[in-house]
Amino acid sequence: MLIDIHAHFYHDRTPRADWRERNTSRLSAGDKIGVTHHVASILGTWGLTSPIYFPSPRDVTYGNDALLALQRQHPDRVRGYVTVNPNYTTHARAEIERCLGAGMVGIKLAASRRATDPLLDPLCELARARGVPVLQHVWQHRRRDWPGQEASDGAELAALAARHPDVRFILAHIGGGGDWQHSLAALRTVANVYVDLSGSGVDGGMLEACLESVGVERLLWGTDLTMETGWAKLRYLAHLLSPAQLELVKWKNAARIFPPGAFPAD
Amino acid sequence: MRIDVNAFLGAYPYRRVPGTAPERLMQALERVQIDEAWVSHLPSLFWRQPMEGNAWLYDTVARERRLRPVPAVHPGLAGWAPTLGEAVDHGAPAVRCDPAHYGLDPAGPEVRVLAAACSAAKLPLMMAVRLEDARQRHPNDRAAELPAAAVRALIRSDDAVRLLITHADRAFIEEVHFGSTPDEAARIWWDISWIWGPPEDHLAMLVETVGVERFVFGTGQPLRIPENAVAKLDLLDLGAQRRAAIESENARAGLLQ
Repeated sequence: MLIDIHAHFYHDRTPRADWRERNTSRLSAGDKIGVTHHVASILGTWGLTSPIYFPSPRDVTYGNDALLALQRQHPDRVRGYVTVNPNYTTHARAEIERCLGAGMVGIKLAASRRATDPLLDPLCELARARGVPVLQHVWQHRRRDWPGQEASDGAELAALAARHPDVRFILAHIGGGGDWQHSLAALRTVANVYVDLSGSGVDGGMLEACLESVGVERLLWGTDLTMETGWAKLRYLAHLLSPAQLELVKWKNAARIFPPGAFPAD
Repeated sequence: MRIDVNAFLGAYPYRRVPGTAPERLMQALERVQIDEAWVSHLPSLFWRQPMEGNAWLYDTVARERRLRPVPAVHPGLAGWAPTLGEAVDHGAPAVRCDPAHYGLDPAGPEVRVLAAACSAAKLPLMMAVRLEDARQRHPNDRAAELPAAAVRALIRSDDAVRLLITHADRAFIEEVHFGSTPDEAARIWWDISWIWGPPEDHLAMLVETVGVERFVFGTGQPLRIPENAVAKLDLLDLGAQRRAAIESENARAGLLQ
């Protein structure tokens, strides 16, 4: 098995006219790579009628519905994170209940509210109660505020994880730009945060640093917007790890933190 | 046959990078099945006198038949011109200039003179758009990225100069390619190291819109893991001939004249 724990899809109400092609390309490339499961999220309307990282409740619901439809269309290979905007607590909690009830397997927190903010607590409490992981969008060492998002960095996610020791968090795209060494230093002793290897960055030394900082049992394989970089990391890891360790990164670690039954062979 | 036109030797000043020694690069070439690598001396890119790294580079590649040197030229320093003759004598497939790191205007008079001299010496001029993602650079690593406007200016500055541009993304390539005449665009080669694959499919699109003949295989190793360039080709639906064009034939036919 090979589980991509950081995938995205698009739908008809996004700014992209090529949304079908991008979805098809992801599935097709996944077949070549050997991806058995794409665990995906849709961030509202990707900016069409509300900002990508500050999606309106209506757009959040539309995006989640589109993902549920994809999950029904590809029950063998698509799994969903329910995306929420924590600024709308009532809607966010209801959306989590609705989408987990419909078969989604995790919660996606993007960048609508900093990870240190108390507004995230009721959502994390739901994650604990339902036994699902939280994928937190992270800017690897945010030195300033960036337009369009209220991004968190690894240290802030570590603070959230400390407040919720029974919730499993995923630090998004360690290769997604920014200072990944800052994130790894922050996570070294935070046992309930897992590192998602996705992102366009394929820096020499990054994978060795991930292994050294958090260990192979806290690494999760993913792609985000660049599937070739994910495949490249997998190929490189095959030279660093034993076959048994590689299986942990490919799927066993993921199978351990997602709810039982999320994947067929766990 | 696979030629990596974009490889480095030597330490990087801003973070620990494994695999910078010659023997480690050779292991990486073996691992990723790269037959030949064009290598630059990474530390001297940051030196005031980058040409001082060329002697080490020549000496090192002379011991490895799979390596070819890409010496540095700083056209703002007196006495740079003989460097081109040395490069030819050492079988260099190209010379490199990183004007922003040298504190030069990337399309200023010094670099234009270098472009003309490379043209006369029939040596391609290699320039990197960037070495690392701008979002992750060390706080003291402040050299500007190579602007697309500079590449357009340089290709227009001499009617025979050939440019090898590394680490460019889709937007950069499109801006330069479609902002140039067909003749100008035909004298620019792009390495694939920074171009995205699926699901965005930038490389697939560029191969169709810009033309497969414009692209060469490059990795940016060891700053980037070389598996990435191979993986993106493996994800492209290219026939054997077009893949070979990117992996080696475009470099051989267009740059090794």
